[in-house]
Amino acid sequence: MAIVVNRPKLTTAEKFYLPAIFAGLAITWKHLKRALFNKGIVTMQYPEEKWDANLPAWYRGAPTLVVDENGREKCVSCQLCEFICPPRAITIKPMEIPENDPWRKVEKRPEAFDIDMARCIYCGLCEEVCPEEAIFLRKDYSITGLNRAEMVHDKETLYKLGGVMKGLTFKWNELK
Amino acid sequence: MDTALILHFLTTPLVFLIWTTFLKTFILLNVVLGVVSVTVFAERKVSAFIQDRTGPNRVGIPMTLLGGKKDIPFWGLGQMIADPVKLLTKENFVPAGVNKFFFWLAPKLVLLPPLLVLAVLPFGSSLFGVEMTIANINAGVLFIFAVTSLSVYGITIAGWASNSKFPFIGGIRSSSQMISYELALGLSIIPIFMVCGTLNINEIIDWQIKNGWLVAPYWPHGFSLGQLLHPHDLIHSLVAGVSLERFLLWIPLMISFVIFLVSIFAETNRLPFDLPEAEQELVGGYHTEYSSMNFASFFLGEYAAMFAGSGAIVSIFLGGWSLPIIPDGSQGWFWGLVNIGVWFAKVSVILLFMIWIRWTLPRFRYDQLMKLGWLGFFPIALFNIFLTAVILAVVHH
Repeated sequence: MAIVVNRPKLTTAEKFYLPAIFAGLAITWKHLKRALFNKGIVTMQYPEEKWDANLPAWYRGAPTLVVDENGREKCVSCQLCEFICPPRAITIKPMEIPENDPWRKVEKRPEAFDIDMARCIYCGLCEEVCPEEAIFLRKDYSITGLNRAEMVHDKETLYKLGGVMKGLTFKWNELK
Repeated sequence: MDTALILHFLTTPLVFLIWTTFLKTFILLNVVLGVVSVTVFAERKVSAFIQDRTGPNRVGIPMTLLGGKKDIPFWGLGQMIADPVKLLTKENFVPAGVNKFFFWLAPKLVLLPPLLVLAVLPFGSSLFGVEMTIANINAGVLFIFAVTSLSVYGITIAGWASNSKFPFIGGIRSSSQMISYELALGLSIIPIFMVCGTLNINEIIDWQIKNGWLVAPYWPHGFSLGQLLHPHDLIHSLVAGVSLERFLLWIPLMISFVIFLVSIFAETNRLPFDLPEAEQELVGGYHTEYSSMNFASFFLGEYAAMFAGSGAIVSIFLGGWSLPIIPDGSQGWFWGLVNIGVWFAKVSVILLFMIWIRWTLPRFRYDQLMKLGWLGFFPIALFNIFLTAVILAVVHH
């Protein structure tokens, strides 16, 4: 059913626009005067001021690799993340863990682990698919480089960004 | 040739007139183009403040380019230079389907009229005996109307030559907007001719110096610096300023002022009447297809038109370069410079007012503008002429 909206009857003063214009000018003047004395400005001066402390726990920043509390790299180079990555940003070169290594039991680890941040779309599928909980999206969002090569995060960078992940992680927590 | 001969040649009346006119034109043109840049910066800054933002505050002296540690932000004033440089160095893209000749012609047609208007505006009294008007012509106000209405051709041609629908709508809107307010603009100024009895802007200003600004109902009669020392004369002039005629004439003159002011907003395509541009509905209106310096010409034209419009308002209604007590340039070059400063200060106030209005009011709808022009301002301006005539007739008999 059509709803009929009646046009409001305007008073003579309203028809002349001018009172409303002066009221509007008064409001903008108030804001202008306040801003002139540097008060009430809501702009954040980005590179100097950041919102990082207020990022939520489930924020999806750059994907990183983590080590556990024993310093063991969690990745076993199963390459599931490489296969699921929609923009194919991940390249893994697996290697056998040598006989004399204390973590020989784990059998495999990545020799090289590259994430091309120029391709990454921050979807978080790598984090979801990882059976070993080795890859996490952390809160780094300002990834820059002067050329394509600089935009590729190698294994060393990824571990540096990722750090240590202690104890149990609740990967399927819907807020994560 | 020795110096005396050259000096004699330069002071021959005709030669003197020619070279001072060229000098005045050159200086005024450069000053105005600089003022345009400052106005754009002011527009960005004021709009930011009104919306609780900071506005441009980074571009200053790039010390890091010169090997320094830190840039000096300088309150973002470098933006005034950065903006034109950006526009100049951009690619000037001309779409394939445009009518090339008119496409290139249109920006020039928009830029030219506001600069021509500056020729008749008295931007100061006199300096070293040289009149601070480029062309002191008797039909000054008519010249302003004749020239400013030409800028609509540039806009319409730009819209048509772009061969694109949004610019076309913008161009058409501009022409119909022009006929809606131009009549009221012309009629609103007639009471001023009836009161002052002249079309010459310099004479209108002289009238205002003697009788007070047209928007001021009370003015001490013949008020000057010397009178401050003679209290008797001072009181005499204060009392002599009160006249029934001025108070009665104030009503039609204020109506004229409001109509003229609003029409100038429409004339310069400023909000709330920027229908030919209308970013939200028409992309960019008539200049959608323009880029680089061609676009900058439209930009420059719009802000130069603002400057010229403000100059016209100041000269006709707000006493031009005059301020009470302050003498004119015949009292020495210092006062001549002060007069020029006063004119620019007054124009800046009007420019700030225009910016303030822009960031306060929403755009009028298309039919609302037509209604306002044809059914609002046009009859009021006509009635205003008769009102002025009646007041003048009653007071003088």
